[in-house]
Amino acid sequence: MLSRVGNRLYWMGRYVERAESSARLIRVYSELFLDLPHGTGIGWRAVLNINGGEQAFADAGGKADDARSIVHFLLADEVNAASLLSTLALARENARTTRDVIPAEAWRVLNELHLMARDKLPQAVQERKRRRILEDVIQRCQLLAGLIDGTMTHGDGYQLARMGWHLERADMTTRIIDVAAALLMSGRDELKRFDNTLWMAVLRSLSAYQMYRQQVRRRVTGPDAIRFLLTDQLFPRSVAYCIDQVENAIASLPRSATPARSCSAIRALQLPAADGSLDPAALHDHIDKLQLAFADLNNDFYTTWFAPADAA
Amino acid sequence: MPKQSVSDKSTGAAVTLDWAHYDPAGFYDELVDAAGRPRTAAEEVARYLASLSPKRLRARQTASERAILEMGVTFTVYTEGQNIDRAWPFDIIPRTLDGHEWDKTEAGLKQRLRALNMFIHDIYHQRRIIEDGVFPAYIVDSSTNFLKPCIGANPAHDVWANICGSDLVRDSDGTLYVLEDNLRVPSGVSYMLENRSVLKHVFPELFSNQNIRPVDDYPSALFDMLRSLSPATDDEPEVVVLTPGIYNSAYFEHAYLAQRMGCELVEGGDLVVNSDNKVYMRTIGGLVRVDVIYSRVNADYLDPEAFRADSQLGVPGLLRAWRAGNVALANAPGTGVADDKVVYTYVPDMIRYYLGEEPLLANVPTWRCSDADSLEYVLDHLAELVVKPANESGGYGMLVGPHASAAEHEKFRTLLRADPRNYIAQPTLKLSTAPTVVNDALEPRHVDLRPFILQGEDMYVTPGGLTRVALRKGSLVVNSSQGGGSKDTWVIDRSSGE
Repeated sequence: MLSRVGNRLYWMGRYVERAESSARLIRVYSELFLDLPHGTGIGWRAVLNINGGEQAFADAGGKADDARSIVHFLLADEVNAASLLSTLALARENARTTRDVIPAEAWRVLNELHLMARDKLPQAVQERKRRRILEDVIQRCQLLAGLIDGTMTHGDGYQLARMGWHLERADMTTRIIDVAAALLMSGRDELKRFDNTLWMAVLRSLSAYQMYRQQVRRRVTGPDAIRFLLTDQLFPRSVAYCIDQVENAIASLPRSATPARSCSAIRALQLPAADGSLDPAALHDHIDKLQLAFADLNNDFYTTWFAPADAA
Repeated sequence: MPKQSVSDKSTGAAVTLDWAHYDPAGFYDELVDAAGRPRTAAEEVARYLASLSPKRLRARQTASERAILEMGVTFTVYTEGQNIDRAWPFDIIPRTLDGHEWDKTEAGLKQRLRALNMFIHDIYHQRRIIEDGVFPAYIVDSSTNFLKPCIGANPAHDVWANICGSDLVRDSDGTLYVLEDNLRVPSGVSYMLENRSVLKHVFPELFSNQNIRPVDDYPSALFDMLRSLSPATDDEPEVVVLTPGIYNSAYFEHAYLAQRMGCELVEGGDLVVNSDNKVYMRTIGGLVRVDVIYSRVNADYLDPEAFRADSQLGVPGLLRAWRAGNVALANAPGTGVADDKVVYTYVPDMIRYYLGEEPLLANVPTWRCSDADSLEYVLDHLAELVVKPANESGGYGMLVGPHASAAEHEKFRTLLRADPRNYIAQPTLKLSTAPTVVNDALEPRHVDLRPFILQGEDMYVTPGGLTRVALRKGSLVVNSSQGGGSKDTWVIDRSSGE
C-alpha cells in the first residue's frame, strides 16, 4: 500500500463517516426542535457548535438566529468546508484519486451519492423534504460501508479506511456529548422538564436509543447516557468500541508500535465518576483530553505511515 | 447462438424506411452505402435502429449519459482557470466494422509497429537505415524527441514502443488510411472499454443476436505484455502505472488501467531511486522494489536528472536505473523520436527496409515541407490542405486550410518558411461519417478510429478500438479536448454455420 494512497483511504473513511454522522445529527435535531417550546435557548446554534462551525458561519456573514440559513450552511453550503455537501465532495475526491484500489461498486455508490447530494441537499433546507433526503444520505453511506466491508480485501487499504472510519466516529460521539452536556447540565430550570426528551435526542442522534434501552433498564438520565456512549464495550458508536476497532486495525498494519501505544493511552483515560452523577466541568475536561488524544493518534498515523521522515 | 432472422432483407422496407431521411451528403458512411442500404456488418444494427421510435432512441441516449455520469467516466479539462472533471461525451450508435476487413487491418497495424520498433532500435544503435540511404540523418539530428541519453540502450525484446495508438481514417474511396502513430503516451483505451460496458446495458438484444468481438481482455493483455518486460527473474514482478497525477486529463484512464490490472497507481513522488540504481516505491511498510513501470508521463518529464530539470512529475535517477537494466519502462524513453509526422512519412519505406514486405496499410499522402518543391506546392495550395506541426498531438497548432481565414493562411505561410522541417501537409480528407444521435434523429458525423497495439514478447491488437466522433455538424476535429465524443466500435463476424 503506497503511503499517499493509504492517506487518501484513511481520509475517505473519515469523510464518509463524518457525512453520515452529520446527516444523523441534523435529522434528529430537526425533529427535536419541533418538540421543544420556544425560548428554551436550544437551537441550531448548538448544532453549529458541534461541527465547530460557529465562527465560520459568522465569518460568512450568517445571522445566528436565522434557522434557515444555519441549516443551509450546515447542509448545502459549498464554501463551508464542513458542510455535508463539502464533506461528501471530499469523500468522493479521496475515492476518485484511489479508485484503482477501492471496489468499483463502492466508488460508484459514492459518486452517485455525491451527485444526489449536489442535486438534493439545497432542497433539504425545507423541513418537509429534509428527513427523506437525509435518510437517503445515511442509507447510501451505510451501503458504501457494507460494500467496502463485504467486497474489499481486508488488507492494509481496508484497515486504513476502517481506522479513519472509527476514529472519526469516536471523535463525533465526543463532540455530540460535549455540546449536549454543556446545554443540559447547565442547571437551567426551564430545561429540566425536557431532560428526558433531550437525552433521548442525543442518544437518537447516535442511533443509540434502542440499544441503550436494551442495555440500561432505568429511566433515561444524562450520566447514564453519557456513560453508555463513552464506555459501552459492544455498542458500535461508543467511544470505547470505536477505539477498539482502531486498535485492531492498527495491529494488522506494519510498523504499528507508536500508534498502538497512543491507543492504549486513550483507553487508559478514565471517565470521572462520582456516585451516579457527573460533574459538568470534569466531564468537559475528560472530553477535551479524549479529543487531544485523538489528534495525537492522527499525528502518529502521519509519522508512521503517511509521511515518515526516513523514507529517502 | 440463436439468431433472429433478417427476413426483412427480402422486403427491404423495414430497413430503409427510417434511413430514407439519413443523408451522408456524399461522404462514405460506415453504416449505410451510397444507395442508403445498410452495409453487411451493419444490417442487424440498422434494422434494430429502424424499429426504435425517436422517443425511445432519445431515452436510451439519456440513460447512457446518466450511466456514464454515475460510473464516473470522466476526463479533465483545464480551461477557465480550473480543473473540471467532465463526463465523457458518448454517442450510443455503435460504429460497425466487418470482421474480414478488420483481420487485414490488424495485420497491417502489427506490421507497422514491428517496423517502427526496429527503426527506433536502429536509430539508437548502428543507424543502418541512414547509412543505407533510406532515411535522412537530418530528421533525427533536428528532432527534439531524439534523446541522447538513450543511445545504446537495450530495452526488453529490443522493443521501445510497447503501446501504440494508431489513428485510422477512412476516405471517400472506402480505404482505411493511417493518419498517425501515437507512440508516446497514447490514451483512450479506457473509454473504449467503458463504451462497451455502457452499450451492453443499452442494447443487450444486439449482443445476443450477432457475433461482436469482445474487447474486455485488453487490461489482461496489457498486463501480460508489461510482465514480459520485467528484468526480474521473479515470477510475480511488481508492475506499476505512473501517472502525472489527478490533474492530468487522462487521470481517469490511469486509475482505470491500474485497477483492472491490480497494479499500484503511482505518482513521481511515490518512487525513489536509491544509490543501488534500483527503483522503489514508498509504502506504509517501507520501500518496495519496482520492476516494471507503465509510464503515462511524457519522457521529457520522467527524470529531472537526465531531462527537464524543472519537472516535478518525474523521479530523479529513473533513467540511470533503466539504463542499468534494473527497471523496465513502457514506452521506453526516446520512443518519441518515431512519433513525428515527418518520420511518419517514411514508415512505408521502413516496412520495406526492415521487413522486406509491402505495407498492408497505406499512409495518407503527405508533403514534407522540408523538401523545397513540396514546400512551394504547400504554400501555393494552403487553402486546400491541412498543415500540421511535426511534434504536436491533440489537434493543437494545426491549420485546416478550407476552414481557415486569410489571416491564418498568412500566419502559417510565415511559420512554414521559418521552420519547414517542423511541418507536413496533407490533403483535406473526406473523413467517413457514422450516424449519431442529434436530438431525436440520426445525423451523419465524421469519425476516425484509434486501435491500440501492444508489443512485448508477443503482439496484440484491440478488436476495433476507440471511435472518436466530431459532434459538431461538418466538423473534422474529433479530439475530446476540442468537442469530440466517442462511440463503441463493433467488429462483427458474419460467421458461417449459423
